Amino acid sequence: MKIDIKKLLSNQLLIPITALVILCLVNLVNDASFFTIKLAPNNEGYNVFSGPLITILDYGSELAILAIGMTLVTAASGGQDISVGATIAIAGSAMLRVLCGGVSKPEALAAPIIVGFLVACIVGMLCGVFNGLLVSIFRIQPMIATLILFTAGRSIAAWINNNELPIVPDPKFKYFGGFIPGIPIPTTTFIAIACIVVAALLLKFTNLGLYTQAVGINESSSRLNGINPTFIKFLSFVILGLCVAVAALIKVSRLATINYSVIAKDIEMDAILAVALGGNALSGGKFNMWGSILGAYIIQFLTTTLYKFQVDAAALPAYKAVVVIILVVFSSPVVREKLSALSSKKKAAAKGVA
Amino acid sequence: MKKRVVAVLTAAVMAFSMAACNSGSAGSTTGGSTGGSTGGSTGGSESAAPAASSGELIKVGIINNDPNESGYRTANDKDLQNMFTTANGYDAKFAYSLKNDEQIQAAQGFITDEVDYLLLSAADTAGWDGVLKDAQAAGVKVTLFDRTIDADPSLYEASIVSDMAKEGQTAVDWLAGQGLSEYNVIHIQGVMGSAAQQGRSGALDAKVAAESNWTIVQQQTAEWNAEKAQQIVQSVIDSNTPFNVIYAENDDMAKGAVAALDSAGISHGVGKDVIVMGFDCNKWALEELLNQNWNYDGQCNPFQASYIDNIIKTLESGGTLDKKTIIMDEKGFDAATITQEDVDNYGI
Repeated sequence: MKIDIKKLLSNQLLIPITALVILCLVNLVNDASFFTIKLAPNNEGYNVFSGPLITILDYGSELAILAIGMTLVTAASGGQDISVGATIAIAGSAMLRVLCGGVSKPEALAAPIIVGFLVACIVGMLCGVFNGLLVSIFRIQPMIATLILFTAGRSIAAWINNNELPIVPDPKFKYFGGFIPGIPIPTTTFIAIACIVVAALLLKFTNLGLYTQAVGINESSSRLNGINPTFIKFLSFVILGLCVAVAALIKVSRLATINYSVIAKDIEMDAILAVALGGNALSGGKFNMWGSILGAYIIQFLTTTLYKFQVDAAALPAYKAVVVIILVVFSSPVVREKLSALSSKKKAAAKGVA
Repeated sequence: MKKRVVAVLTAAVMAFSMAACNSGSAGSTTGGSTGGSTGGSTGGSESAAPAASSGELIKVGIINNDPNESGYRTANDKDLQNMFTTANGYDAKFAYSLKNDEQIQAAQGFITDEVDYLLLSAADTAGWDGVLKDAQAAGVKVTLFDRTIDADPSLYEASIVSDMAKEGQTAVDWLAGQGLSEYNVIHIQGVMGSAAQQGRSGALDAKVAAESNWTIVQQQTAEWNAEKAQQIVQSVIDSNTPFNVIYAENDDMAKGAVAALDSAGISHGVGKDVIVMGFDCNKWALEELLNQNWNYDGQCNPFQASYIDNIIKTLESGGTLDKKTIIMDEKGFDAATITQEDVDNYGI
């Protein structure tokens, strides 16, 4: 059996998969019960699965969904959207505004949940339109363009609900961030899978992926080939807006309420990190969606592991930073090229000796 | 192409103005109880009272943190807005920012405007000496509320603060009074280094160090975030470590913790397996106490306006203040004794 080491080393998914394996090993050595999954009744009397792995799948969902959109934005525009957390607050707030009718403690839903979700989608996409216009037409650096909503977003979210913190009365609303009665797997997992499948189908059966990469690699040559770079960039922000709306549904549903100042705080940084962990160049161009999605779950895996190890609260960010630095350096295209060059040199040397 | 851009822009503008209409109607349906137009302000300054100042009114400049920051801040701002009105004899100007330099700028603006009193809830403890000296030179009297600063006490008239350490002590004393044979506590902390976190953690840490039957099962910061708290408690449940107390340093985090308990089928509340403790006395949290789902909620009093009003009245009538630092009364509510009246009076 021959394995082409060079090909393996240059594979973009090598680093994230290695990271995942190492994290698994660390947990296995520390406490093998990390991998047990229990089936036990919750306080509503339904049997549900629980265990660290389920926790990772559950809480990693929002990040995986956001990573899809962030990958496209990164690839097309060569920049990142830092307003994701704030736009989640906006979309979530709009959803609650519709569901609760502007009352902080309604007796019943003012509108069906699906209407609330559709409004959130529209609002999320409008935020995407705003960012996309600034980036694609006015050619503002993505990070600067999205800085506007990053700064103002949470205040806008508070203003939508008149600074009330509405609580959704219908227990069904909690299904999206929790469990559907009778189904023991967290609903968030299904939502994430649905989003991933849709994204995979889009990339397989449309030219979206190809065009996005073309625009990211060389804008003017893609224009000469009949692609409209402005539209592709704009579209990527709108798709991210849609991802944001889905993530907002999960976030708001988890506790059936919202806190404008802390909901999805710093999640944009984790989403960007997921893209980087997946081995994608943050300067745009070629991308691997699976890498980003894997990256998202690795981040959650890391968080859960750190909680498990009971790392001192004040030192938690430092631990996370160290791991992240190692991962990002090793998954950067430069290091990967060096690594594969090194291995081919070794091979050549070995051949020379022989 | 140009036409299309214009069309898209117009559509965007229309969408935004529609959203604005929407929110306007929200104000009327909820009764517009904010008592001003502060709902969506992002910072900078705006005047809430009519600009026309008659000679009779006391001019007050109020510098606060962004009311969107938290339920505490919203209640605090509402309280100030309701107190410092023309009807009560005040001409008040408000400035909001979470950034120290913007707050200092606003303070300088108020001094230039020749306000009589400057009320200040500083974003940061450092950097206020210069502007407070200017205030003193201009004859502006400064009162600190909610937060203290690192400046010479001679630079301000009074400071009205919560004693976070006392809040923590009250809560820990209450917990000790429950007489459990052993205390296995999940301690969910706020943003590390904040005054509320330090005060509320300090009391518990001291107690755990002193008593042999008190153990901390997990101590972790959730940064005031409900979901992070949910994850932290979930991680303890996943590791099968037994616990019987959740000590969360605010209501949101207690709520997140309870969500994790619910999905794991662990009972909580009065006479149940796990004792749930929160802080801040949000109205919904006190209702959880009333429904016996939680056990304890510690107050962090946001209602400083009446204290400030007293101080200004005293100074205006030529009196002197008997002490510089005023610590507000703060209660702790027990689910066993809380009443609907408490919820209505103390819920924020």
